[in-house]
Amino acid sequence: MRGKLRIIFRGRFDLAYFFQQLINGLTLGAIYGLIAIGYTMVYGIIGMINFAHGEIYMLGAFVSVVTYLVLSALGLSYIPLVLLVMLLSSMLFTSIYGWSIERIAYRPLRGAPRLAALISAIGMSIALQNYVQLTQGARVKALAPIISGGFTVMEQNGFTVRLSTLQIFIMILTTALMVGFSYLIDKTPLGRQQRACEQDSTMAALVGVNVDRTISTTFVLGAALAAVAGVMVTLYYGVVDFYIGFLAGMKAFTAAVLGGIGSLPGAMLGGILIGLIEAFWSAYFTIEYKDVAAFSILVLVLIFRPTGLLGKPEIEKV
Amino acid sequence: MSAATMIQTADDALLDVEHLTMRFGGLLAIDDLSFTARVHEITSIIGPNGAGKTTVFNCLTGFYKPTVGRLRLCHPDKGEYYLERMEGFRIAQVADVGRTFQNIRLFPKMTVLENLIIAQHNRLMKASVFALAGLLGLARYRVAEKAAVEKAKFWLDRVNLTARADWEAGNLPYGDQRRLEIARAMCIAPCLLCLDEPAAGLNPRESLELNELLLSIRDEQGIGILLIEHDMSVVMGISDHIVVLDHGRKISDGDPAFVRNDPTVIRAYLGEAEDGEGADA
Amino acid sequence: MSEMTTSHKAASASAVSVIARDTLLTAVVALVLAVPFIGLKSDSVGTALTLVTRWPLMLAMVGAVAAGRVLVSLWRLRSAAKAQRATAHTAAGDAKASLAAWGNSHMKAIGFAGFALAVVLPFLPFSNRYVVDIGTTFLIYVMLGWGLNIVVGLAGLLDLGYVAFYAVGAYTYALISTQAGWSFWVCLPLAGTFAAMFGLMLGFPVLRLRGDYLAIVTLGFGEIIRVILMNWVDFTKGPDGVSGIPRPSFFGAPFSRSAPEGVTTFSDLLGIEYSSMHRVVFLYFLILALAAITNLFTLRMRKLPTGRAWEALREDEIACRSLGINPTNVKLSAFALGAMFAGFAGAFFATRQGFVSPESFTFMESAIILAIVVLGGMGSQLGVVLAAFALVVLPEWFREFEQYRMFLFGAAMVAIMVVKPTGVMGHREPTIRLHPVGKSKKPEAAR
Repeated sequence: MRGKLRIIFRGRFDLAYFFQQLINGLTLGAIYGLIAIGYTMVYGIIGMINFAHGEIYMLGAFVSVVTYLVLSALGLSYIPLVLLVMLLSSMLFTSIYGWSIERIAYRPLRGAPRLAALISAIGMSIALQNYVQLTQGARVKALAPIISGGFTVMEQNGFTVRLSTLQIFIMILTTALMVGFSYLIDKTPLGRQQRACEQDSTMAALVGVNVDRTISTTFVLGAALAAVAGVMVTLYYGVVDFYIGFLAGMKAFTAAVLGGIGSLPGAMLGGILIGLIEAFWSAYFTIEYKDVAAFSILVLVLIFRPTGLLGKPEIEKV
Repeated sequence: MSAATMIQTADDALLDVEHLTMRFGGLLAIDDLSFTARVHEITSIIGPNGAGKTTVFNCLTGFYKPTVGRLRLCHPDKGEYYLERMEGFRIAQVADVGRTFQNIRLFPKMTVLENLIIAQHNRLMKASVFALAGLLGLARYRVAEKAAVEKAKFWLDRVNLTARADWEAGNLPYGDQRRLEIARAMCIAPCLLCLDEPAAGLNPRESLELNELLLSIRDEQGIGILLIEHDMSVVMGISDHIVVLDHGRKISDGDPAFVRNDPTVIRAYLGEAEDGEGADA
Repeated sequence: MSEMTTSHKAASASAVSVIARDTLLTAVVALVLAVPFIGLKSDSVGTALTLVTRWPLMLAMVGAVAAGRVLVSLWRLRSAAKAQRATAHTAAGDAKASLAAWGNSHMKAIGFAGFALAVVLPFLPFSNRYVVDIGTTFLIYVMLGWGLNIVVGLAGLLDLGYVAFYAVGAYTYALISTQAGWSFWVCLPLAGTFAAMFGLMLGFPVLRLRGDYLAIVTLGFGEIIRVILMNWVDFTKGPDGVSGIPRPSFFGAPFSRSAPEGVTTFSDLLGIEYSSMHRVVFLYFLILALAAITNLFTLRMRKLPTGRAWEALREDEIACRSLGINPTNVKLSAFALGAMFAGFAGAFFATRQGFVSPESFTFMESAIILAIVVLGGMGSQLGVVLAAFALVVLPEWFREFEQYRMFLFGAAMVAIMVVKPTGVMGHREPTIRLHPVGKSKKPEAAR
């Protein structure tokens, strides 16, 4: 271990080391980006921070663990099929959680003071965390790697840059989801209704858009993407516990704000930036302060460019 | 009111707007606007929807920074101020420019009386020495607060709200809210009062009462009033001077009789020789 | 008459079918939700994970949820009927706000009674060390709630990182007293000042942000402070925390059995026998005094220009600017004063525990304090006390159900917000009246 560290340290300023961090950062960023989309969509449509969204991602991770266990109990071991079922099952169950959360905790509070909805969301977040702790136990769930293998991209001074199959899988899946999702929002009636509600829900209702259903759909879509992120984390790190939602949620929200809240490409861009910042910060500075780095950047962005990188500036209506 | 004894002359300019231009991205909201408002006068700014009237107000009261132009305020007691260089709240605090809003902005959960006392914040703040004198309950603060209440009472009487002084402002009927907002703006002791559509949504009787209120403010307080209004009975009835805007440009400027008969104004309002509705949107 | 009964019957029949439908839907959803979490459990056996099934438990849970849904439906039906009757006789509508209204009209009396109860609590027959300890914890949260009430309730600034200032206060006392040996009474004002300075430092750049952004930045700040406390080991001792923090003395007289030469212990000073309860009771009175000061300060501030400007700012910032009020200064004053009280409370916390570590200052603490303010009804001082009781003291009785406590805590937050979004005491009392209360009744009734 010690020897390995020394090698890493020696190679810190090599190009190879840089590339490895780039790959790691992009992978992490893809995961944050998928969660961030849920924040950005919900904020866009009902103007609230869905504080429980980080927990939704955590639920997704747990569903994927349980699904994997069910599949191995059934004796299924063809890996592509296992992955597919894990993804679908996680998306299905997590979406229903997202839908229920909106029905229980947020819908009755539409039109109530904003703080009320936020408190309700914080309460929901606490409840979900402890619900999972109660039902699945407080211990960390460790899963043996499902996807292994990868390529050696380059070698320098004895340091190898590896791009694992899993990382490729994560990046391809994220790209595919982003493309599909952009199409959904830009081109389909569903996306049009969603954008209409975002701009003016009263007016949308007057011209026949079912606002309640559109908002529900938004939560379902956001939850499904968070579930994918949950599956990815389960595969990537192989450990899941009931507390992973808080920090990931915070960072994903930071990503959404960084990219410009309400903007889908912004959420993805913000996610990738946060992932890169975290990877490079831990690699070149101190790993302890990586969370501080992400938050400090959030503060700086908000002060100097409150609308985020891709958000449109708002003219104050007087 | 010492200002009332001042002699009114033609050069009694209170506000000089020179070459005011405001651009939002590609949209030219105000285009090279110049006009003058005087003490003891009601100056009305009229024009079709989207002519840029409220934008003029927002530039004057510091909510927008003008792209180009000079906004010179000659305060009768304090000297000259260039409003375009001042931070928003300082325009009300130092240059004594009061305003109301098109879509009423009261403090809805606070009472009518509290609304009027908050308007006197800066004077009370001085008297309370950053809350210290107030916390200690010194006489200095108590006297100041009493004076503030007296002033509020005066304006409550003027706008007929004394009986409802302890109501939540948000629970007042619409017309009362409009009058309360004017009273609140008067409580900052302005030298220039900017009213953004004060007659909007009022019934004819309330509208008449508003005319009287504005005339009496002009005559007794010795201040200038700048008025945006769509209700022509109000505009023609009380204005001393009218500025007509269309698409951000001034198209006419003069007394009511002149403006009423100005062919450019009639054309702008009736849409003659214009390229249709689309241009307004 | 018979028409009425048939229509009633039809109405109740349709109500039953609606309830049945809702319940069925709820049960189906609950069943689906329960499968991967209650029905199936991942269990660690050694290093491997295995699957455990708990179908009977899952069915019981789904049944419970369905039963709960029926109760909720019935309750809604009843309150709808009540509301209908109330609109029939308009006067009855006023009864709705009765608790808050009653509380407000008797505010002084309730305040004095509460304070009197707090003063005699340690001397009541059933009071033991445990009761006084809980009372002390309760008062810490009341004080924090009152402090945060300035920021959130009055000024309307959403602060999710309030605990950071609490931590600054606690560490200020912990570090100064252990390193420099200064006494509690010197450090207390210092802790408040430091916390207020942190408030200003954070507030200056971020207070121009809109509400939700402010919330997230303050949350981030809270986390940053905690991470720094964790990792700056040379200065803060890191995750191990600072221990051996001196306990407070009774103005120089320590609460101990014996004292070094030239120092009189508290028990000797009063000429009574030494008891370990003395310190516990003293700490209780200390926090009671601190909390009372916080309360009186806030009540007084509300009636001063600064306090009124806080509330005006919460209502409409643009209108404030048009009246010549400097929003930044007003926000900063609220933020700094709120932080100051958190700093005082932090110093008290440090001296009470004799030990501080970053673990005491997690986001959960901020969430609890914010929940106390919002559940109580923003801006209501009495509401804070009630909510602190509900969130801090009541859970003590469920100690045995430790595992379920936090789950219920979160669920209760959701439930209370859904039922009463304005909080328990969500009613605002004017800071000044033109007409004394008795007289203003008439025009109000005309509404």
